[in-house]
Amino acid sequence: MELFWYIVLMGMLAMYVVLDGYDFGAGIIHLFCAKTEKDKKAITSAIGPFWDANEVWLIASGGVLFFAFPTLYASSFSGFYLPLMMILWLLIFRAIGLELRGQVHNKLWETIWDKAFGIASLLLALFFGVALGNVVRGVNLGMVENGISAYEGHYFFLPLWNSTFSPTAEHLGVIDWFTVLLGLVGVVALSIHGANWIIFKTNSDMNLRLKRIVFRLNFVQLLLVIISLMVWHVIEPKPFHNFIETWWLWIFPITTFIGLFGLFYVKKFKKDGSGFMFSTLFLLGGFATTVASIFPNVLPSTNSLNPSLTIYNVAADAYGLSIGVNWFVIALILVIIYMIVQYRIFKGKMDEVGYGEH
Amino acid sequence: MEDMLFYDRLQFAFTITFHYLFPQLTMGLSLLIVFFKWKFLRTQEIKFNDAAKFWMRIFALNFSMGVVTGIPMEFQFGTNWAKFSELTGGIIGQTLAMEGMFSFFLESSFLGLFLFGEKLMGQKLHFLTGFLVFLGSWASGLFIIATHAWMQHPVGFEILENGKFVLTNFSALFSNPWLWPSYIHNQLASLITASFVVAAVGAFYILNKKHGESGKLFVKTGVIFGLVASVLVAFPTGDWAAKNVVKHQPITFAAMEGIFETEDGGSEIVLIGQPDMENKKLDNKIAVPNILSFLTYQKWDAQIKGLNEFDEKDYPTNIPGLYYAYHIMVGLGTIFMALLAIAAIQLWRKKLYQTKWVLWALLFMVPFPYIANTAGWYTAELGRQPWLVYDLLRTADGASPTVSAGNTLFTLLGFVGLYLLLGLLFLMLVAKIVKKGPETVKH
Ligand code: HDD
Ligand code: HEM
Ligand code: HEM
Repeated sequence: MELFWYIVLMGMLAMYVVLDGYDFGAGIIHLFCAKTEKDKKAITSAIGPFWDANEVWLIASGGVLFFAFPTLYASSFSGFYLPLMMILWLLIFRAIGLELRGQVHNKLWETIWDKAFGIASLLLALFFGVALGNVVRGVNLGMVENGISAYEGHYFFLPLWNSTFSPTAEHLGVIDWFTVLLGLVGVVALSIHGANWIIFKTNSDMNLRLKRIVFRLNFVQLLLVIISLMVWHVIEPKPFHNFIETWWLWIFPITTFIGLFGLFYVKKFKKDGSGFMFSTLFLLGGFATTVASIFPNVLPSTNSLNPSLTIYNVAADAYGLSIGVNWFVIALILVIIYMIVQYRIFKGKMDEVGYGEH
Repeated sequence: MEDMLFYDRLQFAFTITFHYLFPQLTMGLSLLIVFFKWKFLRTQEIKFNDAAKFWMRIFALNFSMGVVTGIPMEFQFGTNWAKFSELTGGIIGQTLAMEGMFSFFLESSFLGLFLFGEKLMGQKLHFLTGFLVFLGSWASGLFIIATHAWMQHPVGFEILENGKFVLTNFSALFSNPWLWPSYIHNQLASLITASFVVAAVGAFYILNKKHGESGKLFVKTGVIFGLVASVLVAFPTGDWAAKNVVKHQPITFAAMEGIFETEDGGSEIVLIGQPDMENKKLDNKIAVPNILSFLTYQKWDAQIKGLNEFDEKDYPTNIPGLYYAYHIMVGLGTIFMALLAIAAIQLWRKKLYQTKWVLWALLFMVPFPYIANTAGWYTAELGRQPWLVYDLLRTADGASPTVSAGNTLFTLLGFVGLYLLLGLLFLMLVAKIVKKGPETVKH
C-alpha cells in the first residue's frame, strides 16, 4: 500500500513539474525575451486557460501527501516552514500578475504585473530546484546536537541559510551551494520547457528566436547536469546504489538523456510539439532519477541518531490507505477525462484566446 | 510556547477569514450564474446571457482570489499545525485529498472553458461547463465541511497508543450527524452573500439611472433567491445546527447563548447583553423567558445546562467572543429576512424599483452577509476551543513543535501585508467591472 501511494504521489508531483513547469518557464521567457506587446500576448494566451488547473496538481499532491504520509507532511512542512511560506507568496504574485494585468489598460500597471509574473516565475523555478536539492541532501532530523535530539526524531527546522553555505555543515540551511546548483538546473530546464510550450502553442514571431534560445540553453543544461552528477557524491557517497541493485531503474536516467540530446535538434523539428516532448522527457526522467536514487527514503537524515524518513515509517494506517484507493481511482479517471476535454477544446494554436482581457 | 500558539492561531484565523470571504461568493454566485445561463437557454432573451457574462467576470476575479488564498490554507495544516496533522492526517487528510482530486480539478479545468470557450463550444455546452464549475465549488464546500465536521464531532476512528487517530470507518465521515446540517446551512449562507451582492449591484444601477434594465433583473433575482435562502438558513438549518451543538457540545451552547446559570423552570433567550466574565453574569440583559427551552427542546420548561455545571478548564477560551459572534450571526439573519421580505412584497406589488429607501438599504447591506458568515464561522471555531478535535486533542497540543513564535509572526505580518494589497486590488477591479456595466460585455 505504501508503495502504491508513493508512486501515486511521485506521479502527481511529476505531473505538476511538467505542467506547471511550462507555466514557470513561460514566465521566465516572458521576463527576458518578450519584447513586444504581441509577444507578451502570445505567451499569456498559451498558458492562460491552463495554469490554474496545472496548479491544482500541486494542491492535490499536497492533499495526497497529507492523507497518505501524514508524518512526512507534518515533518517537512513545519521543517521547511520559511521557504514554503515564500513559495506561497510567490505563487500568489504569479497568479495575480497573470490575472490582473489585463484588467486595466495602463502602461505602468501592465509593467508592474508583467514583472511580478516574470520574477515570481523565475524564483519559483529556482525554489523548486532548491527544494529537490534539500530532499536529496537530507536534514538534521530531530535537530541533534552533541548526540542529543532536541525534538522528536522526525521533526526539524531549517533556517534559510547558514553562514558557510555548505551542504555538509552541521547546521544546515535551505540554501547552500548544492541546493542552489539544483535550483539553477531547475531554472534552465524550465526555461527550455516553457519556450518549447510557447513554440508548440503559438504562431508568434518569437518562435524562431525561441528555438535558438532553447538550443543555446541546452548546452548550459548539459553542463549543469554533468556537474550535478559529479558533485552528487558530496552528499551521497554511493549515489547509484539503487540503480546498481535494480537494473530497470536505468530507464529514468536514459529518458533524461534522450530528452536532453533530443533538444539539440530543436531547430530541425518539423512538428512544433516535438521540442516540448523532449523537454518533458528530460523533466520526467530527471525527477524520477532523483527520487529513485534515495528510495525508500523520502527525507534522509544527516545524523546517525535518528533514522531517515522512509515511505514505511511516515505512512498512514492500512485501512485508510486501502479505502483511499477506491475513490482515488475514480477521481483519477475523472481528472483524465477533464484534461482530455480541456486540451481538445483548446487544441492547436492559442494566439487568439486573449487571456485576461476583459 | 504560549506566544507561539497565539501567533499560530492568529495567523490561521486571519488567513482563513480572508480566504472565506471569496469562496462564499464563489459558491453562491456560481449558482446564480447557472440560473442566468439557464434562463437564457430557455427564453433566448439576451439580457440573461449578458447577466451571466457580467457576473462571470466578477466570478473569475473572485475565484482567483479564492485560489491564491486557499493554497496557504492547505499548507498551514502542515506548517503551523504539524502535530495535529501528524496525529489526524490519516483521517482529515482523506477528505482534504478528496477535495483536491474531486473538486479543484473539476472547477479549475472547466472554469477556463467557461470563461474562454463560449465561441468554441456553443450555448448548450457552455451552460454545461458553467454547471460543472458550480458543481465543483459546491463539492469543495462539502469536503471541507466534512473535514471541519470531523473536528467538531469526530466519528469512525480509533486512537492508537502513540496517540494517532486512525480511520476505522470511511463512510462515517460522510454520515457524520454534524456534516449535513452544517453543510446545507453554510451553502444557504453563501447564497445569501451572493444574492445580496447581485441585488446591491442592481440597486446601484437603478439608483444611478444607468444600466437600469439589468439593474432590475439583478435586484429581482437577488431578492428572491436571498429571501428563500435567509428563511431556510434560520429554519430549519440553523435550528439543526444549534441542536447539534446542544447535544454534542453543551458547554459551547451555554456560552453561545450566554447562560451562566442553569434555570429550573426553562431558559430565557437572550437578545442583548454583555458577558461579564469576572462576575459570571450578563450585563444590560434583554431576554424573553422560556423561549430558548422551547426552541431547543420544543418544551417550555426544558432544562438547559448553564456554564456553572462545567469544569472551567473546558470552558471555550473566549466566551464573550463566542457569544457575540453567535448573536451577530443570528441578529443579522433576522435583519436580512425582514429586509428581503419587505423588498419581496414591494416586488410583488410592482413597486420595488421605485421604492428608493429599500434600494438604498439593499445597496448598503453588502458587507453584512460577509460579516454574518464570518461570525458564523467564529461561532463554530471559538465554540470548539479549547479543542482541536473536540474532547480529544487540545489546540495547545496540535501546534508545530519546531516553528518559533518569531518565525510565525514574520509570516503573519507577510500575510497581512500581502492580503491588504490583494483586498484593495480586488475592490478596485470589481468597482471597475461594475462601472463598465453588463451591456458592454459583448465581445
Ligand atoms: C449569512 C450567514 C448566516 C446566517 C444569517 C446564519 N448563519 Fe449560522 N452559520 C453560518 C452562517 C449564517 C456559517 C458561516 O455558514 C456557519 C459556520 C459553520 C457552518 O457550518 O456554518 C454557521 C454556523 C452556525 C452554528 C454553529 C455550528 C457549529 O458550531 O459548527 C449555529 C448554531 C448556527 N449557525 C445557527 C444559526 C441560526 C439559529 C441562525 C438564525 C438566524 C443562523 N445560524 C443564521
Ligand atoms: C471548514 C474548514 C475549516 C477547517 C478545517 C478549519 C480548521 C481550523 C484549525 C485547524 C484551526 C487552528 C486551531 C485552532 O485555533 O482551533 C482553526 C482556527 C480558526 N478558524 Fe477555522 N477552519 C475552517 C474554516 C474556518 C472559517 C471559514 C473561518 C472564518 C471565516 C474560520 C475561523 C477560524 C478562527 C477564527 C480560528 C481561530 C480560533 C482560535 O484559535 O481561537 N475557520 N480552524
Ligand atoms: C482550512 C480550511 C480550508 C482549506 C485548507 C482550503 C483550501 C483551499 C484551496 C487550496 C483552494 C484553491 C483551489 C483551487 O486551486 O481551485 C480553495 C478554494 C476554495 N475553497 Fe477553500 N479552503 C479552506 C476553507 C474553505 C471553506 C470553509 C470553504 C467553504 C465552505 C471553502 C471553499 C472553497 C471553494 C468553494 C473554493 C474554490 C472557489 C474559490 O477559489 O473561490 N474553503 N480552498
